[in-house]
Amino acid sequence: MEDSGRPQPESVQTGRRWVNLLLGSGVAASIATFLYPALRYIIPPAVGESTNRSVVAAKINDLKNNTGKVFKFGSKPALLVRTTAGEFKAYSAVCTHLNCTVQYREDLHQIWCACHNGFYDLEGRNVSGPPPRPLENFEVHVQGEDIVVTRGA
Amino acid sequence: MKNSLIRPILNWLDERFGTGSVEEFLRHKTVPIHRHTIWYYFGGMTLFLFIVQVLTGILLLLYYRPTPEDAYESVQYIVTQVRFGWLIRSVHSWSANLMVFTAFVHMFSVYFLKAYRKPRELTWISGMFLLFVVMGFGFSGYLLPWNTLAFFATKVGTEMAGAVPFAGKWMLTFLRGGEEVTGATLTRFFGFHVAVLPGLATVLLAMHLLLVQQLGMSVPPSVERAAAEGKPAPVMPFFPNFLLRDIIGWYAALGVLGALAAIFPWELGAKADPFAAAPAGIRPEWYFLFMFQTLKFLPAKILFLEGELAGILGFSLAGAVWIAVPFLDYRAGFGRVTRFFTGLGIFALGFIVVMSALALR
Repeated sequence: MEDSGRPQPESVQTGRRWVNLLLGSGVAASIATFLYPALRYIIPPAVGESTNRSVVAAKINDLKNNTGKVFKFGSKPALLVRTTAGEFKAYSAVCTHLNCTVQYREDLHQIWCACHNGFYDLEGRNVSGPPPRPLENFEVHVQGEDIVVTRGA
Repeated sequence: MKNSLIRPILNWLDERFGTGSVEEFLRHKTVPIHRHTIWYYFGGMTLFLFIVQVLTGILLLLYYRPTPEDAYESVQYIVTQVRFGWLIRSVHSWSANLMVFTAFVHMFSVYFLKAYRKPRELTWISGMFLLFVVMGFGFSGYLLPWNTLAFFATKVGTEMAGAVPFAGKWMLTFLRGGEEVTGATLTRFFGFHVAVLPGLATVLLAMHLLLVQQLGMSVPPSVERAAAEGKPAPVMPFFPNFLLRDIIGWYAALGVLGALAAIFPWELGAKADPFAAAPAGIRPEWYFLFMFQTLKFLPAKILFLEGELAGILGFSLAGAVWIAVPFLDYRAGFGRVTRFFTGLGIFALGFIVVMSALALR
């Protein structure tokens, strides 16, 4: 703030600088206190991970050999596959590339992501296309009629 | 403006607010006539289509409901029950796509005619930010009908934001309103689409248009050189000559929009199911196709980077260079055309066209 007219003595100028500094940092601090709640507000509170470690994915008779089924496992989709040999396998259905939901390709006996043409084998290993990592494997147990899928510890 | 009805009103305003200077400005504003004049029309055309978006968007808001339970059904209701709902919704979708197209034409014409050169650097930058806002409109609007295609496109698009180093996780949560694409995402995207982006667009548009008025129409370097040699390009008055030509274009655009909406009504697809596999043939809107296709081609690992991260970093870098072009190609400000930048533009255009075409195979 330039003062027109006569020059101010040194002490007045120094004092004015101090006042400006104090006022300035006060205003800056108050703005920070206004912004902080808004910044915190835009990120939603974390939802606790589902403690549910196992789920009934299907009934035995739901799946023929060489078919797959996407089911809900906690808050995420998972894939149950019955191989040509009749064995059950389960994986996370979340493609490790960009989060799309994968499916079982009966013609290729592989797991396929339609979004960017990524392929995984029946061990969940990424075999071609963009996926950088294998799919998470889940344990499968048959309890009577139920196919129970469990997340490893 | 000699109309006897309007004159007294203009005089009344001028007495109070000094609006005569605006009138004076308009009277002297001219548009150069040369063999590239046609490109001057694409900015105005983009603006017109934006206005169509605002108007049809307001109409859609009368019936649309932004929740995962209701969104798909409300759009279904609009296109099947509401009188002319199919037309309004289709015009909104078609106009959005045409607007992106004319914005791209406008951008590339400005690029190749070097209209970004000094003193129009900020006009270029504000235009680039407007283009990002337009793409944001497209991306957020795409999700609103809550259909399968949109659901997975949003998953992929937001996941890409999540791959950005450091701020990625925060951005992903911010965009999705949580860890996954859910109803919270829909609510957010709705807010972006009808409040945040329109606000940003209004401010940027005002800046962009003010700068265009302040600096006048740019002429290509060749025309500028001819003028320096004593052969200036002829001009036409902006008002009414150029504006009337503009309006003819807009009138035609309305006709095209109506025809497209009637002959090719925009599809709604199937309702999104978060626990179903991504269907075959999934793809984003056409203006994101070149990025989509590039991601498909990238291997899982490039040197020490994950393929997707390398892609995202590559596109970010390319975008930054593109924005900074007026400063990188500062020689254009002295009327010197640098082949490299023309080549860069041809490469960018070629890349976008070829990658998009490959994605459409």
